[in-house]
Amino acid sequence: MKRFIGFITKEFYHIFRDRRSLFILFGMPIAQIMLFGFAITNEINNVDIAILDHSKDATTEEIINKISSSKYFTIKQIITREADIETVFKKGKIKAVLNFEKDFSRNLIKEQKANIQIITDATDPNTANAITSYINAILKNYQQSKNEDIQQPYQIIPQTIMFYNPELKSVFMFVPGVMTIILMLVSAMMTSISITREKELGTMEILLVSPLKPFQVIIGKVVPYIFLSIINAAVIVLLSIFIFKMPVEGSLFLLGAESVLFIVCSLALGILISTIAETQQAAMMISLMGLMLPVILLSGFIFPISSMPTPLQVISNIIPAKWFIIIIKGIMLKGVGMAYIWKETLILVGMTVFFIGLSIKKYKIRLE
Amino acid sequence: MGISLNNINKSYKKLKAVHDITFDVKLGELFGLIGPDGAGKTTIFRILTTLLLPDEGEATVAGLDIVKDYKAIRNSVGYMPGRFSLYQDLTVEENLTFFATIFGTTIEENYDLIKDIYEQIEPFKDRRAGKLSGGMKQKLALSCALIHKPKVLFLDEPTTGVDPVSRKEFWEMLKRLQKRGITILVSTPYMDEAALCDRIALIQDGRILEIDTPAAIVKKFPKTIYNIGANNMYKLIQTLQGYEHTYSVFPFGEFVHYTDKREAFETQDLKHYLEKADLSEILIEPTQADIEDAFMELARK
Amino acid sequence: MKEENVIEAEDLTKAFGDFTAVNAISFEVKKGEIFGFLGANGAGKTTAMKMLIGISKPSSGKATVAGFDVYTQHQSIKKNIGYMSQRFALYDDLTVKENITFFGGIYGLSRARIREKRKQLVAELGLDEISDKLVGSLPLGWKQKLSFSVSLIHDPKIVFLDEPTGGVDPITRRQFWEMIYKAADQGTTIFVTTHYMDEAEYCDRVSIMVEGKIEALDTPKNLKQQYQVNSMNDVFLKLARTPSPTLPEGKGENTVIE
Repeated sequence: MKRFIGFITKEFYHIFRDRRSLFILFGMPIAQIMLFGFAITNEINNVDIAILDHSKDATTEEIINKISSSKYFTIKQIITREADIETVFKKGKIKAVLNFEKDFSRNLIKEQKANIQIITDATDPNTANAITSYINAILKNYQQSKNEDIQQPYQIIPQTIMFYNPELKSVFMFVPGVMTIILMLVSAMMTSISITREKELGTMEILLVSPLKPFQVIIGKVVPYIFLSIINAAVIVLLSIFIFKMPVEGSLFLLGAESVLFIVCSLALGILISTIAETQQAAMMISLMGLMLPVILLSGFIFPISSMPTPLQVISNIIPAKWFIIIIKGIMLKGVGMAYIWKETLILVGMTVFFIGLSIKKYKIRLE
Repeated sequence: MGISLNNINKSYKKLKAVHDITFDVKLGELFGLIGPDGAGKTTIFRILTTLLLPDEGEATVAGLDIVKDYKAIRNSVGYMPGRFSLYQDLTVEENLTFFATIFGTTIEENYDLIKDIYEQIEPFKDRRAGKLSGGMKQKLALSCALIHKPKVLFLDEPTTGVDPVSRKEFWEMLKRLQKRGITILVSTPYMDEAALCDRIALIQDGRILEIDTPAAIVKKFPKTIYNIGANNMYKLIQTLQGYEHTYSVFPFGEFVHYTDKREAFETQDLKHYLEKADLSEILIEPTQADIEDAFMELARK
Repeated sequence: MKEENVIEAEDLTKAFGDFTAVNAISFEVKKGEIFGFLGANGAGKTTAMKMLIGISKPSSGKATVAGFDVYTQHQSIKKNIGYMSQRFALYDDLTVKENITFFGGIYGLSRARIREKRKQLVAELGLDEISDKLVGSLPLGWKQKLSFSVSLIHDPKIVFLDEPTGGVDPITRRQFWEMIYKAADQGTTIFVTTHYMDEAEYCDRVSIMVEGKIEALDTPKNLKQQYQVNSMNDVFLKLARTPSPTLPEGKGENTVIE
């Protein structure tokens, strides 16, 4: 028994004297609970919607006011034609359009019912569902309040249209997200491990004392993984199309090109990690803990970014995955072309250049 | 135009690794840096191969400054760091090809330089480096360091952990390389290898104890060393440690190396003293000091 | 008075698949002897030692250590021997005192005995100033000397030392061997492997393994006479180069996986 206790005592010493394990034991859980608590939410907040009001009368104005004054929605745009609905969805910011029929007020009074369409961008089916329920609730509420002082009750009839994903298949939401996460993780982890392995084995010393320039080493490490990751991405896309029946509304070529861009961006991130990490284990830890969790939470593929507190929304902008998910969803589900995603593409290009530049700069030409 | 160091100092965090290191290695010399683990040998190597910057002092390699001309140095020296640093999952031939390529040459171009070394491992050229024995890894690492015909060769503990036969063969290879005009700086903890160098620097705890040819260092040894043998080594050491005239007593193989405080003394007196302590088969005779004796004497100060 | 054998091995063999690392070796070690176990890397020394200290099961053959059978009583063997290796000996992130306390506890020493031993070790090695320092901050030589003392903390009959003096400076190496002599003098049997051929001379008897077999087993003096050389280093060189009934060509080139 004494031996056993002696052994346990020693284990405690090891843990408390290793700063890294203390960080994992205490630091990480606290950081992640905070992140989880704020980021994970099924509620919606400040969702951007657009209004297509064919009536523009007192009733529609009342309803619109009620909706805009709720914290759930922000009225971002007023559109005038049906054709604009698709355009506005392709741009990506608007998540729902409320379409009021002509003569809304008159129909309510004369025929005791009027129609309203709730059209949601259902590429994210959970959010679409939430939006629909909340709007329905607001409408019901309004309906109730109006019906208190009249003889014949009004009926506002909402028609729900799930754009892009009529069957509300959650796979449409998950597959792009998972594809992004996998590509990013594998690429980043593989390159970071590859470089730190050289450091651990001591072969890095020899590479340094040789004519090889830093950028040759870095790019050289990235190139094989580009090819392998492209194959990976192709397999994932094929599986999504044939097994999960994901549509590819847009150009396959554009999808391929953007994927390559994202792969290079992730590889560059991996290189950056390797300049910080001294050992393979550290590289793996940073890739998994430091990348995976924040990316899953803050890229917007499960939990809507707009529902998160502002600081987290700001942070989500520096996560490459967020932009790539917008791009993939756009191409695959909405069939958009470069015209709609040039901004996101440019951001990814900028990030890639930044990561590579920083890595080359941080590449230690000496051992300390 | 070999190697020169002047007043090199380097500390890691609070620990001073090397103090005021100053010495030269002449062109074409086989120079040994001799000392135990922690003496500072690897630090000196890393400074000379431009992997570390010294806190103070200057150094040149083949006339190039280690700070200003580090790129040129890295292009032209051969370096074999400790643990052989080979790619374990590449074969013998792949390793050699890789190193040749990054130095902008081919195996064929300088093959004559590594021929007699590589020949011994050529039968295994398709074997992964990780599966080679210590002696073979050593030969491969040396070939990889030489493949681009460097003017200066840095070998950091190339014989550590390798069996005596391979060690001996390795030094024979170094001697042959030296004849081709390559300047070689080697470090080793094995004192017996020191005798094979042209000149050596004895180093301990980051300081140089002595620099000279092995013969001169041994000659400088201030005292006469006596081999003393008896029937019980342990008792012999104990007894001598209790002797009032003992300056130093150390086991050396089957004998003890003994030095006396006095300039000269009667060995018979010592013999009687030992016999009184119940020791028998006593042998006392003067012998030649070797590098190890010199090292220990210098380290004492 | 018959000297008892503390280690007995008969045709001890260890094979990994179709590769035989240790090929039917036989020898005995007497009590209080300093026995040197030499051989090149890959010759099978470490594998053989692992069988004797009870952490590896032999493929065939017999062996007893401190009277216990290596197949069936290996737990008892571990309790009765000390072990120290170059690669690992003490925990760098524990202090000197903590290491002593820990290993004392592992071997089941009472608290009082641990305290006693701790005081004794610290005094003997002159570690009073640094007994609360982390072992990782000690110079290599002190670490080795401390590990050796710790391996003896439970007064074992035999202590196994695996290349204990690698890389240590010459003075400390000799101090270490003085500690070995003292322990042997007090009746502890020492089984030591080393790469330093001059240390082979300090041993009472020496065995040299080549490619899994014992090619020589005798006192250093006799071996030198047999091979007509002046040092154990030369014995080793001769052995590896001379064709013998069991060596293929005696070229001395070892191509075995380590």
